[in-house]
Amino acid sequence: MAGPINWFLQVASVTKFGILSIPQRRGSALASVIGIAGVVAVLVSVLSMATGFRKTMSGSIPPDAVIVLRSGADSEMVSGLTRPDTRLISDAPGFAHGPDGPLASSELFVIIDLPKRSTGTDVNVPMRGVERAAFQVRDKLKVVEGRAFGWGQNEVIVGTAAASQFAGMKIGSTIKVGREQWPIVGIFSANGGAAESEVWTDATMLQGAFNRGDSFQAVYGKLATPGAFNQFKDALTTNPQLSVKVEKQADFNEAQSTMMTKMINTLGVLVAGLMAVGATFGALNTMYSAVSARTREIATLRALGFGRGSVVISVMLESLALALIGGLLGGALAYLFFNGHQTSTMNFQSFSQVAFAFDVTPELLVKGIVWAAAIGLIGGFLPALRAARLPIASALRDL
Amino acid sequence: MKFFPLIWSNLKRKKLRTFLTLLSILVAFVLFGLLSAIKEALTGGISMAGANRLVVQHKVSLILLLPESYKARMERIPGVELATHQTWFGGIYQDPKNFFMQNPVVPDEFLSMYPEFILSAEQKKAWHETRTGAIVGRKTADKFHWKIGDKVPIQTPIWSQKDGSSTWTFDIVGIFDGKEKSTDTSSLFFRYDYFDEAHRGDRGQVGWYTVRVKDPKTSAEVAKLINKEFENSMAEVKAEPEAAMAQEWANQLGDIGLITTSILGAVFFTILLVTGNTMAQAVRERTGELGVLKAIGFTNGQVVAFVLAESCLIAVIGGVLGLGLAWLIASSGDPTGGMLPMFFIPRSALILGLGFSAVLGLATGFFPALQAMRLQVAVAIRRM
Repeated sequence: MAGPINWFLQVASVTKFGILSIPQRRGSALASVIGIAGVVAVLVSVLSMATGFRKTMSGSIPPDAVIVLRSGADSEMVSGLTRPDTRLISDAPGFAHGPDGPLASSELFVIIDLPKRSTGTDVNVPMRGVERAAFQVRDKLKVVEGRAFGWGQNEVIVGTAAASQFAGMKIGSTIKVGREQWPIVGIFSANGGAAESEVWTDATMLQGAFNRGDSFQAVYGKLATPGAFNQFKDALTTNPQLSVKVEKQADFNEAQSTMMTKMINTLGVLVAGLMAVGATFGALNTMYSAVSARTREIATLRALGFGRGSVVISVMLESLALALIGGLLGGALAYLFFNGHQTSTMNFQSFSQVAFAFDVTPELLVKGIVWAAAIGLIGGFLPALRAARLPIASALRDL
Repeated sequence: MKFFPLIWSNLKRKKLRTFLTLLSILVAFVLFGLLSAIKEALTGGISMAGANRLVVQHKVSLILLLPESYKARMERIPGVELATHQTWFGGIYQDPKNFFMQNPVVPDEFLSMYPEFILSAEQKKAWHETRTGAIVGRKTADKFHWKIGDKVPIQTPIWSQKDGSSTWTFDIVGIFDGKEKSTDTSSLFFRYDYFDEAHRGDRGQVGWYTVRVKDPKTSAEVAKLINKEFENSMAEVKAEPEAAMAQEWANQLGDIGLITTSILGAVFFTILLVTGNTMAQAVRERTGELGVLKAIGFTNGQVVAFVLAESCLIAVIGGVLGLGLAWLIASSGDPTGGMLPMFFIPRSALILGLGFSAVLGLATGFFPALQAMRLQVAVAIRRM
């Protein structure tokens, strides 16, 4: 019975010894802590970009939202539907109904060239022409400033993210669409979704400005119940007059964001991984010097009857403690500097700008701490072995 | 140089420590090399851009088309030597992941506009003779094992043929090479006359123009003249030097430069600390020896030089090995499988990296060297 307790006491006292001696090795301990903090900060902040992007693209989309595109089109940009097509689509069974008929909005999606605030250079700003039902289909969307555009008017409203990312987007100013300047009459929010990066207007007006005749690119709709999806999809895809593809909007948006999130994640893990290798060497150096500075203490303890195991464990615990401090520091830095930081990038799949905020989630912080712990354990293991193998007699002779 | 053995044996004193320090420096420079390659891949168009070329696109949106008739009007503008056009075809070969650009062009004008694409005279002749002929860059030809004479089906969601089909089949009549290592040879080009006749939309429409100016110094003025020429017309244009256009594209992705430099900053700071700490430790341990050196007549300068030489040696060795390794990784090609077609480390980055490694050596050696210089012989020897 006394065995394990005794052993724990040994580990605890050797560890306490080690940790209390850290201030004497301030420099090297600090170097290893900061090294690990650097790894975790880079890892967490780069990955938080991917999480933020993904959250904007596919977050908070209700399960009853659907999108219909021409078959073969993997983005709205390259899709095309004629007026007869969109009429057939809105007549399909399964849509929820409002006072004006089915909740289905035929929409046009184009890009316009406008300068980005941060760089001053032109970027592809997404612009959407919508029908009346659009505001019921996306029921989270609301005009937060000014008013909605008038139907049949050359007027636009802009999303909150668009207003903050692109230059000249405020109520009262105008943007060039087609051959004329259209006034901005309102600013809308959409629960953090990608629509907040867009400029909206009446679909009919946009068709005219972009010489699109009477054609659209996608139909956005809201189903009566999420369960109606399969029936709805079958009705459209088996209709011989149509050649369309039907997706849940959540799935569609998720697919639109994969390329970008995959790229950010790959690069982030690659960079942080290489840094982690460097930091592991740093941690090894620190612990090796810690062990060699304490050769005599360790030998003395061993001579007094402390076991090898407790020496190994205590050296590793010390390394782990330093690593965890580094990990917490790095995570905190990433959180303080990047969480909520607004930026925008080009989404390759929609060929247009998406504004998003870095999102440092608890999962990412945990991931960072796990990385830190791994570096600490690897960095502590070899020095711990050396400490345990110290020949007691010769180490004591050095006294 | 005669002191080199002394410096060398100091480095060998704690082999493990030297080795670990070397490895962490090496890792930092591998990262430096790879990040440079990523940055180059994302912004590469800027350095590739021809100084005498302008890009002219629709002012409102680059997805809006321009009339083919603009060519003649542009070529009448003083200072313009040649105008030619391309159109975004947006096709897919087998799988959307196999991304490369395919554009319809007017062969002679196109090849004259882009002398960096090298096509043999006989392949050029074959292109003239084959209406459905296409030329493809070496990189893409190698990737899909295409040979001259192959028929290549490409699907496009944007352009339907008159019969409604969205699959276009091209005959590969030529494979072009790039003049420079940085020339992008991933695109396919086919004949505009075939395209214009076969697609379902309106005739005589093109995506954008490339204009060559007679004198690169006048390109800004020529761009203004072009913009002015089409003011208040059905399709107003935006003319820009090719480099500005490429910069704009890079900016679309967000501030790549800033992100890369901040990551590099974090990495270097980390490595600086790790190495600096190790160096300081190494000098501290040798206080006594340095005292002896001073006692037997070595000057302060020489002692400082020893310490600095040691730190610089380790930094430069690590730097060279790291950059070399990064270069090896980069030359095995694009790690993302198609998204960064131009993945290589530019020479300027290699030179910069070497410079950084020297700076790293000096910076990490500075404090230990200072310490060594200030060392008083009597105090140092007493510590032995």
